[in-house]
Amino acid sequence: MGGLGRADRSGELVTTAVGAPASLGAPARPRRRSLERRESRAAWWFISPWIVGFLVFTAWPMIYSAYLSLTDYDVINDPHFVGLDNYRELFADPKVALAMRNTLVYTAMAVPAHVLLALGLALLLERAVRSAGFFRTAFFLPKMTPPVAVGVLLLLLFNGQRGAVNTVLGWFGIDGPAWTTDPAWVKPGIVLMGLWTVGSTVIILFAALRGVPKDLYDAALVDGAGFWRRTRAVTLPMISGPLFFVVVVNTIGALQMFTEAYTAYFGAGNTTYSNDAALFYVIYLFQQAFEFLHMGYASALAWLLFVVIMAITGLQVLGSRRFVYYEGGSR
Amino acid sequence: MRALRWAATGAVCLLAAGCAQGTGSQEGSAPAFDPEATVSGRLQVMGFGAGDEIATTRLDRAKKALPGVDVQLVEGDLDIQAFLSAVAAGDPPDLVYANRDQIGTFASRGAVIPLDECYTAEKIDEDALRDAAVAQVTFGGSLYGVPEFNSVQLTMANADLLQGAGLSIDDVNGSDWARVTAATKALSKRDGKKVEVIGYDSKLPEFLPLWAKANGADLLSEDGRTAQIDDPAVVEALTFAVGVYDAQGGFSAVKATRDAADFFGEGNQFATDALGAMPMEQWYLNVLGEVTPKAPMAFDTFRTPQGETLAYATGSAWAIPAGSKNPQAACRFAASMVSADSWLAAAQARADARAKDGLAFTGVLTANEKADEQIRSQLVDVTQEPWASGVEAMYDANEHTFSLPANPADSEFKAAWQDAVNRVLNGQAEPEAALAQAQQVAQAALDKAWAVWDGRTAPASS
Repeated sequence: MGGLGRADRSGELVTTAVGAPASLGAPARPRRRSLERRESRAAWWFISPWIVGFLVFTAWPMIYSAYLSLTDYDVINDPHFVGLDNYRELFADPKVALAMRNTLVYTAMAVPAHVLLALGLALLLERAVRSAGFFRTAFFLPKMTPPVAVGVLLLLLFNGQRGAVNTVLGWFGIDGPAWTTDPAWVKPGIVLMGLWTVGSTVIILFAALRGVPKDLYDAALVDGAGFWRRTRAVTLPMISGPLFFVVVVNTIGALQMFTEAYTAYFGAGNTTYSNDAALFYVIYLFQQAFEFLHMGYASALAWLLFVVIMAITGLQVLGSRRFVYYEGGSR
Repeated sequence: MRALRWAATGAVCLLAAGCAQGTGSQEGSAPAFDPEATVSGRLQVMGFGAGDEIATTRLDRAKKALPGVDVQLVEGDLDIQAFLSAVAAGDPPDLVYANRDQIGTFASRGAVIPLDECYTAEKIDEDALRDAAVAQVTFGGSLYGVPEFNSVQLTMANADLLQGAGLSIDDVNGSDWARVTAATKALSKRDGKKVEVIGYDSKLPEFLPLWAKANGADLLSEDGRTAQIDDPAVVEALTFAVGVYDAQGGFSAVKATRDAADFFGEGNQFATDALGAMPMEQWYLNVLGEVTPKAPMAFDTFRTPQGETLAYATGSAWAIPAGSKNPQAACRFAASMVSADSWLAAAQARADARAKDGLAFTGVLTANEKADEQIRSQLVDVTQEPWASGVEAMYDANEHTFSLPANPADSEFKAAWQDAVNRVLNGQAEPEAALAQAQQVAQAALDKAWAVWDGRTAPASS
């Protein structure tokens, strides 16, 4: 630490010398380089725990799974190199197409529903000045529910015959659908159940709303802007950064949908019954890897999902240049 | 910075080099089992839980049979991934407790060892074991498991509902499919779209093998190599069993009603008059007898259209992993757990416990015929109806079992036919088309898995 302190002090001296005549500044350049090297080395040491963790727990598994995706591997016997066979097979596998389609449809339904509800609740929360703390906690609490429990709850609450959801709908004269068995209603049921855990997104958006300068609202009010106009012209642009963040994070989460649907339709909730409408991509990947022991094929599936997620995220980033405003940035 | 970059690159390369060699092949050759050997050391058992007196009594006896051996249980259902990873890493448990239908898959991959010598050394009486159970643990001509519990199906019905509709247990025991459909219609009760009473639950998808066998078809050939899912008799059986649901509002409504029931509690479907009849595994007889002893039950075996009793046997087995560090102790432990004396002692403990609670002992079904006979003759004394009929049916069913043979792709095979049934139940496909698709998927999986096995064993046999 003492060394770093000296480096900081000499750094100030060097900085002071920057504006000096060239003859005086000549010795400063090597010293600055030396300082940069030392600072850089220190930075590497500080981040080295993360680097080691990243290499061991992220980079290496990714490299190894890329290798496994080119093999036939059943966990117990040595991987057998098969070239691109797994990739050829997955493009011909109708279940891959089905699972991908299910996942994309679910994502298209879940992300807007999740973000819009969270935004609505955050806007309401902002208005609840006195009890905001209570509601913040109340909204976040369901997030603490284990996903497996959510999967079991789904079957109970959305039971088409005796479930609470259809009972409530019945009070309004609505004959609720068979949420858990009718293929057309399985995904909407999972989306609605997923809204149970909207709390974390609410907290992020609420924090973003609190950061919007009040004088902007005051100016809008002076100009005669109503609630919707203020929301559209002030609130949304000012929280577009966090909004973009939650859209990206929720999209990735939706594309990796697994636990709730697996529990409800493939695991403890239904050991033999399943529904094609709930066959999400990661569930199929899990089946191939851990039920059928096709680790090589499952690795290829994982890489395809990685590419799809990267592509979708890339498109979202491209779109963000047009719609997201960063304070201090060009847009 | 450059040094760190090189260090990072080096670390990745080292890791890659170390692991890219694979996890190593484990040969499934059997160690020599010596009946005179003195056993010692640690015996790690995976997948077995000592949760009741049937388990603890036998476990205590097994420990006594292995003095000097430290038996360590890794409780909970067998985690296949954890088990296979441990085998691959060269540090497997010494003994595993698995479902019998998993044994073929483990054996084909060399994860468990042949136990023919173990049977001989520890005098495990193969002739006393039920054929259906032995078939499930026999792979490539060798025994790879020691069968344990046995599970069979009975016909269970609500006597009050039957009587109210002018029906008897014979109408719902499967002996006449037309009568089953008629009884379903007579027993079911609906309020608009809401199913108030399920007339008959054919228990799809899990009992398709039972319905198919009753109609004269096996889903898999005897050698485990050829899928027969698209057999016309299977198509006919599935069409009938799905039709049972269609006759009472469709599978979707029936399943939702079934899911809403308090299956293991006092509010079960029979006690609440919400279900007319269904085929069900025998253990549910004990559940009903315990939680709702006054439920208006009627029992019979499940019967073929020819009136013959039939049951689809499933159950558990012991297997010794390749690389087990204490196979001798593992073999002796398994032999002790399935011996007729151990079963009898365990059954006595269960009978005593039930008597203490004022309940009748309804028996334990094992894969050991000798043990079943002794338990029934010495300990089972249920005279009160309808439970006496239930116990009678249970033992009758245990004498008329079939099973699906061991094969190297059981999970894929099962998933194929279950997916097909589910597509039909969900209204996404017709039985014939769904089963034809399942046939292709299942056969492809079997061909691929058998090719690997044949490749592994070809040099040894040539």
